[in-house]
Amino acid sequence: MALWTLFGLSSGKATTTWPAGDDADGQDGLLGMPRYNPQACDEGCRICAEVCPTHAIEAHDDKLSVDYGRCVICQLCTEACPTGAMTPSNDWAFGVRDREDLVWASGGAPTAAPGGTGKRAFFRSLHVRHVDAGSCNGCESELQALNNPFYNLHRLGIFFTPSPRFADLLLVTGPVTRPMFEPLLAAYQAMPEPRWVMAVGTCAVSGGIPGGNYACATGLEGILPVDLYLPGCPPNPAAIIDALLIFLDRAPQRVSGGRVRD
Amino acid sequence: MIGTRIRSVTAETLATEARALRDTGGRMQFAYAWSPNGDDIEVRYVAALPERKDFETWLLRAGNEVPSLAHIWPLLGWYEREMMDLSGIRFAGHPEPHPLVLREGAPSRGNGQDFLKHPPVDGGHHLPIIDAKDIQRLPFGPIRADVVESAEFTFFYVGEHILHYQPRLFFKHRGMETCFNGRLPSDAVVVAERVSGVGTVGHALAFCEAVERAAGCDVPVRARALRVLLAELERLYNHLHYLGHLCSTTTLKVGEAQGKLLEERAKQLNARLTGSRFLRSMLAPGGLRRDLAPDKWLGEALEALRKEVIAYVDRLEASESYLDRLITTGPLPKRVAFDQGATGPVERASGLDRDLRRDHPYALYDELPVTVTTLEEGDAYARERVRIAEIAAAFDLCQRVLFRLEPGPIRTDCVAPPLSEGLGWSEGPRGSLFYAVHIGGDGTLARVKIKSPSFSNWRAFPLTVHDSNMMDYAINEASFGLTIAGCDR
Repeated sequence: MALWTLFGLSSGKATTTWPAGDDADGQDGLLGMPRYNPQACDEGCRICAEVCPTHAIEAHDDKLSVDYGRCVICQLCTEACPTGAMTPSNDWAFGVRDREDLVWASGGAPTAAPGGTGKRAFFRSLHVRHVDAGSCNGCESELQALNNPFYNLHRLGIFFTPSPRFADLLLVTGPVTRPMFEPLLAAYQAMPEPRWVMAVGTCAVSGGIPGGNYACATGLEGILPVDLYLPGCPPNPAAIIDALLIFLDRAPQRVSGGRVRD
Repeated sequence: MIGTRIRSVTAETLATEARALRDTGGRMQFAYAWSPNGDDIEVRYVAALPERKDFETWLLRAGNEVPSLAHIWPLLGWYEREMMDLSGIRFAGHPEPHPLVLREGAPSRGNGQDFLKHPPVDGGHHLPIIDAKDIQRLPFGPIRADVVESAEFTFFYVGEHILHYQPRLFFKHRGMETCFNGRLPSDAVVVAERVSGVGTVGHALAFCEAVERAAGCDVPVRARALRVLLAELERLYNHLHYLGHLCSTTTLKVGEAQGKLLEERAKQLNARLTGSRFLRSMLAPGGLRRDLAPDKWLGEALEALRKEVIAYVDRLEASESYLDRLITTGPLPKRVAFDQGATGPVERASGLDRDLRRDHPYALYDELPVTVTTLEEGDAYARERVRIAEIAAAFDLCQRVLFRLEPGPIRTDCVAPPLSEGLGWSEGPRGSLFYAVHIGGDGTLARVKIKSPSFSNWRAFPLTVHDSNMMDYAINEASFGLTIAGCDR
């Protein structure tokens, strides 16, 4: 035991101060949502819509609709696009309060929904119950990473709790499979009010790859009221932290109309 | 089918063939059903014959009823139950003919149901009937403490002593095999990569190899070398996670923190190299989607990580409180491991000397020295040491690939002709992975069967829990390194 204590003390702090300070967020080189540039788009070309495995990009009468709530970051559109209308980017922090903000919309002014009220009491003490409603375990791997020494979620006053009865926020991953439907609702109903729901990962937001087949629903759509959407496949730990802080009104929502606004 | 030789069998000769395979030192791998014309159902059994680098597939044109082979090859028990659920075949004489993958009454096809209008119910659970008032029953799950995957476990116990343990899985059954249907093979890697997130490369690789064998194409050397690099990087971060998690169950707190920190470093390397912490969006039938430029930095970063891992492992080896919890915990006898089809580090820790990388080489493994570590004890400590040895071997393989990497093409045309089929495999961090791919008349995928390592190891695991004690359960479970998404698909 002394061996470990000594090692722990001598190795110093491994934790990033991000998002405060100048420390790195640890996501060097990570690809996020493809960036859509309609000016570069060749009208009538449907290649990106054809390769998109989740219909995040759809072609309607020469126009594209792009829904980042369905994007699984497979980068197929960025490789297929001949004109550079879909380009790879590092835009992985895609937490939004309003589902509509994940849909690309022309127009200039940010439309980000204002923060909710009544969360001040939870500012530095938010208890989260995670429910895996049929994920591929990519989301779990990143949620587990939140408590590794690099991210150390506890420093932000956010904790995972074993019981829904102590939970303020239900964090759901996966497209909601048939057998998980009942337990998911039971967990939600066991939570005291006020209670909130966060959909983490594209599966929970819109169903992802298997959504809507014989075994799955299309994420939380029509099943639970969602207070924060975080698409990603999977969202990285920094994106999850960012989204949790947006939920708590401790960080601004930077995505609206389907793009990052600075 | 390339990668395997196909042989017809009949319902009458099936049991004789199965016994002959067992008695000649062969091994049954998996079985699945499919309907080439939409009506007639074929059952396929895939087996490994001794000393052969390809596999053998038995083709059985099934009526509505097929004799069960579960008494000869116990590992087939689950595959047969899965076929009963999803294909509607009956297996005569099956020892436990209950639904496995689906809940009673759930549909196996038909998309887009409205859960709110027709709420699915979880249904009953086939537990042994135990009528003794001193025996307590503890149902645990499907939502469990901590951030974990969903599954329900039932313990029958007296005091600390577990008499019987029954996991109930497939809460996470997503119908992933059907998600391939109708897609072009070149577009479907996205699906394979999402069967089990922490097995992204293993699944994508086995799928690509299956399509490439169906197409009969030769993957360029550089792509094959980089595939080995990606597969070994996946093994690295998975095994590092495993060590951190094992420390967590033995309450070695600093060890847990350090293991998870090393895992994080490995994942950050992955992101820097490929743009994805899970090494996604890299593989395609015919090679790779993008070239990688693992210049000097990757070799240096891996060497720095290796030194830290060695120091970490040395400290673990010197921690008696940790070792005491692992040694003799959850022993899996060699015979049980073989019968139940245990795979990967789990079987190698129980004395079964098998590794697809060496025995059935794919990618560039035939040109690289693959060190396979086997131990005889079969306990949690043996499973941990096999993984530690595999970490060292993975670092070594990565450096060898980086050393011999030469410029060259990374992708070749790969179009599987209509009505072709192929078998692909890979040795993932958790064991053997198989993809059987059938192409339809229009060139799209007609049937894809996924055999994941956790599907095999979940069958073996409960047999190490019966007659053990509660305090060891979490450690034993962690020592198997199971995923649930891969098993449930």
